[in-house]
Amino acid sequence: MRDELNSEVSSTDIHIRNGRLIDPKNGLDSSADLFIVNGRIAAIGKAPESFSAMRTIDASGRIVCPGLVDLSTRLGSLETELAAAIAGGVTAVACPPDTKPPLDEPGLVERLIRRSEALGLARVFPIGALTQQLAGEKLAEMTSLSKAGCIAFSQAQHPIFDTQVLLRAMQYAATFDYAIRLQPQDHYLARDGVAHDGEVASRLGLAGIPVCAETVAISTALHLARATGVRLHLARLSSAAGVALVRAAKLNGLKVSCDIDIHHLHLSDVDIGYFDSHARFDPPLRSGSDRDALRAAAAEGLAVLCSDHTPVDEDGKQLPFAEALPGATGLELLLPLTLKWAEQEKLPLLTALARITCDPAAILGIDSGSLSVGSPADLCIFDPVEPWRVTPAALRSQGKNTPFMGYEMAGRVHLTLVGGRVVFEC
Amino acid sequence: MRNPQLNANGELIHLLSTEGLPREALTRILDIASSFLEVSDRDVKKVPVLRGKSVFNLFFENSTRTRTTFEIAAKRLSADVINLDVARSSTAKGETLLDTVDNLVAMHADMFVVRHSSSGAPYLIVDHLHRTGRSDVHVVNAGDGRHAHPTQGLLDMYTIRHYKKDFSNLTVAIVGDILHSRVARSDIHALNALGVGQVRAVGPQTLLPTAIEKMGVRVCNDLQEGLRDCDVVIMLRLQNERMNGALLPSAREYFKGYGLTPKTLALAKPDAIVMHPGPMNRGVEIDSEVADGPQAVILPQVTFGIAVRMAVMSILAGN
Repeated sequence: MRDELNSEVSSTDIHIRNGRLIDPKNGLDSSADLFIVNGRIAAIGKAPESFSAMRTIDASGRIVCPGLVDLSTRLGSLETELAAAIAGGVTAVACPPDTKPPLDEPGLVERLIRRSEALGLARVFPIGALTQQLAGEKLAEMTSLSKAGCIAFSQAQHPIFDTQVLLRAMQYAATFDYAIRLQPQDHYLARDGVAHDGEVASRLGLAGIPVCAETVAISTALHLARATGVRLHLARLSSAAGVALVRAAKLNGLKVSCDIDIHHLHLSDVDIGYFDSHARFDPPLRSGSDRDALRAAAAEGLAVLCSDHTPVDEDGKQLPFAEALPGATGLELLLPLTLKWAEQEKLPLLTALARITCDPAAILGIDSGSLSVGSPADLCIFDPVEPWRVTPAALRSQGKNTPFMGYEMAGRVHLTLVGGRVVFEC
Repeated sequence: MRNPQLNANGELIHLLSTEGLPREALTRILDIASSFLEVSDRDVKKVPVLRGKSVFNLFFENSTRTRTTFEIAAKRLSADVINLDVARSSTAKGETLLDTVDNLVAMHADMFVVRHSSSGAPYLIVDHLHRTGRSDVHVVNAGDGRHAHPTQGLLDMYTIRHYKKDFSNLTVAIVGDILHSRVARSDIHALNALGVGQVRAVGPQTLLPTAIEKMGVRVCNDLQEGLRDCDVVIMLRLQNERMNGALLPSAREYFKGYGLTPKTLALAKPDAIVMHPGPMNRGVEIDSEVADGPQAVILPQVTFGIAVRMAVMSILAGN
């Protein structure tokens, strides 16, 4: 049981007092004390018998919530990016298989887990490659990869051209009840495209990616999921039409989940402005009405949120828009951007925080993302209103690439615990 | 967000696009171009406006014709002109676009004339100059991807004004591959800013950008409808590689549907003018009889182009 690793060692019995506990999994939002024994949450409210705190943390005026769970984190350098995770209150990250080399061999997966555990920062949950080399032709050794620690299988952003291969991959995964994640985008319809196919791209002379590139791929995936019974997760929805397809499929009884990159809740293609490469995303930022539909989907719980953390260095962004690398650094912005969305939509924090704690934990099937007594003490303690400015120096991630550079954010993480150990404090 | 081609006082310091330029700014450029037109008729075709200044032609995409017109314009303003064939030199050795720019700034460039195959590349250069405190170096966009070709747009406006005087009641048809055309986009913005009666975008759906109507044009998929009673016809070049494939079945079928012939031109007003940014594909988008006919103003466009580029360079240097 990987969850227990580290937690038994060097953990301290901790008393967190006077905090506002928000635990979406258990519908808890109240001021209470929390007690940690042996790296696990031992009690809420009243101290367990014979409890003796080795450390007491005063959380007055702060929120104590489960550590954030991020469905998609590209790590690059493990040290810096996992440090960025805990600085952002993120205690568990799932990493897509499009590493170099791709995660299609058990040895690579084991090494990633070993190295991340040695660092003792956030927990790392690798997603294995669905096909060898992510080439979309031959199935990867899913059983071995699963034994090595992969919690799901995906192609990241690599296409499977041959729909029969996709069908076989789903059948094989369903045999062993492995979860599959797909980023739905038809390769041919999206070919050469760099921005949402709409008014902005037409005006700027940027090649467009039409919404149908997403809906065609979602439709295919949903049909195949129904035929195979595989557990399907659709990653990075970007359009109103895409969200509508998933909603209809769920109403029809299909077990499918989906997520949205937090940036897509706040930005639209208009934010490309004068060719700002920091607004280049894959899938692209779409229209304002698409953004509104994504916000609604996240609010109703149809979709969860993720950082889609993609550190890109300056050279990768200092290029003409179409040549620049897509993506943004996101781990340290996930919480403030979620809080900003909640405030704008007047959503209770209990609802908003569910989308970055227990909901993604349930999709990953991991024992994290809640304050249930007995679960690992993966916690985030933050001040919901304290402002901070996004600057290159303020970000611990190597990636300084964010469209929010220079913005003032509300919501500052003060303490992060993983398995009852304080891994971040400021 | 400030338009990056204007300084804090709203003056034009770079020319990146015709979009966002008010009518007065456009008219001023055309008026100054008019005064420069006479220079080209003199025995000594030079004025000292840019004497001692260095203009670098930075062409990341080859175009001898456009580069030559800028070179002539700069030389008639007495500038020193340096042509860099970057498509074949530094960037081929792995130097980035901004490395190249930094090097040339260090050589005391006063103005860059930039052609690049990627939309927005000149904006990246302007942003970089701004961040490195060198906003005194001016940038002229000589065509970026599908986005803009503002001096072509301006010379088209000059041509239309020369022949039609007033924009307000004109109907202008832009015909052909608008999807890939930076000229079309620059024309549409300038025509609308100058208060033209109607702009029509004419072509099959495969060659029209999504939501083009939002740019202030009437979409006509039918050539006859597009040309009927119009005052100005702007034909666009159809690139060879786009003639046979998923966009169009063949050049022959395209010519049948959208080629400008004496017969289709007859649908326009009798005094309609025919323009083309060049180089023409005779028999593909335009019949030779029309291209060489009395309504064509394609060669005057080239002449006006020099004067317009002189006007743009002199205005930027003065701001």
